[in-house]
Amino acid sequence: MLIFEYILLGFLVLCAISVSFSKSLLNSIIIFMSYSLVMSLIWILLESPDLAITEAAVGAGVTSLLFFVALKKIHAMQEEGEEDE
Amino acid sequence: MSKRISEEEYNRKLSNRVRDWATGEKDPYLGNLEVKEQTELAINPRTVRKHKRDLEFVVKNVYNTKNNRFYKRFFRFYRLAAIASCIALITILLVAVSYLPPVGSAENPSNNEVVEKYVEDGLQDTGAVNIVTGMILDYRAFDTFGESNVLFIATCTVLILMRRDKKKDLKQAEAERKRESYYEPKADSILQKITFLLFPIILIFGIYVVLNGHLSPGGGFSGGVIIGVGLILYRNAFGLKKTERFFTEKTYKWVSFSALTFYCVAKSYSFFTGANHLESGISLGTAGDIVSAGLILPLNICVGLVVACTTYAFYSLFRKGGF
Repeated sequence: MLIFEYILLGFLVLCAISVSFSKSLLNSIIIFMSYSLVMSLIWILLESPDLAITEAAVGAGVTSLLFFVALKKIHAMQEEGEEDE
Repeated sequence: MSKRISEEEYNRKLSNRVRDWATGEKDPYLGNLEVKEQTELAINPRTVRKHKRDLEFVVKNVYNTKNNRFYKRFFRFYRLAAIASCIALITILLVAVSYLPPVGSAENPSNNEVVEKYVEDGLQDTGAVNIVTGMILDYRAFDTFGESNVLFIATCTVLILMRRDKKKDLKQAEAERKRESYYEPKADSILQKITFLLFPIILIFGIYVVLNGHLSPGGGFSGGVIIGVGLILYRNAFGLKKTERFFTEKTYKWVSFSALTFYCVAKSYSFFTGANHLESGISLGTAGDIVSAGLILPLNICVGLVVACTTYAFYSLFRKGGF
């Protein structure tokens, strides 16, 4: 179990670094979603399932959704925008 | 016999002049306006040269950051400063972490009489099996009341910032509708079928998390967010018209208002009594039942409703600028 925890923590650091180094904003948001997912797993391992549920719903759900909507508003999602027009 | 007038006087009469102008016999501007002949546009080569020189100067000194020595130096300094401040921050945080007491040690400052009281008397005092919910909705219910109000105020702020004005003439409204249909989701059959299967399950799971807040992990906030995300999924799959059948701005207003008012009536006495507990008079019931733990269940439902409405309202306002 300890090894699993270390793998998750390493993945967390990897996600955090790659969010800021990713060129595409869309990719950044998707990596951020996976960051939240791993974080919620870590909350379960730290024996706080309340936080795990909230993290999965808010971090991976609502926050990313709002980011997507913002990207759509500022026309930063190039591929989709071209298809729509 | 009518009075005869001279021809000159006859010409000066207004009605006759108007008739002349209407039939085109006389141009009223002719002879009254000074008309100048147009000259050809002469380009002065000196001004052209000056403008070109200015443009070159601007491009060289402002836009061309690669060859500009000042900007080159500034950007090098900027990068170095960013890296240095990052390293400094990381060092400070790591040093602070190294001073933290070990996790689970008996001599930690967090192991004080407050925790002891909560862990030992929590079930008796509040009737909630989930001690966290017992804390946040009974001992510290006024904290949660403040949090719910923060959510409501956040929605109000987003409403002020993102709301679209409705007072517009027909043409603009038509253009608006066109633009809105552009933002509306297209009928995607895969998404619709999956939402058809998933939406009830998500909703039921959210309601389960809210109702079981005092028995199992979760509570009003998590369950409310799950319900709100389910609503967003439904809106994305089936569009605004179907969502409007059960969730409009009016629904949002009334649900939020009544939930917050109930919470306020139930728990805001803490602001006057200084967090001292008042007896609610509701029996705590059997620990482990759904209907138990006194006021915690209705308060959980209130928080869940407010959070669900807020989540959906955020999405809706960001997406379209209205409900």
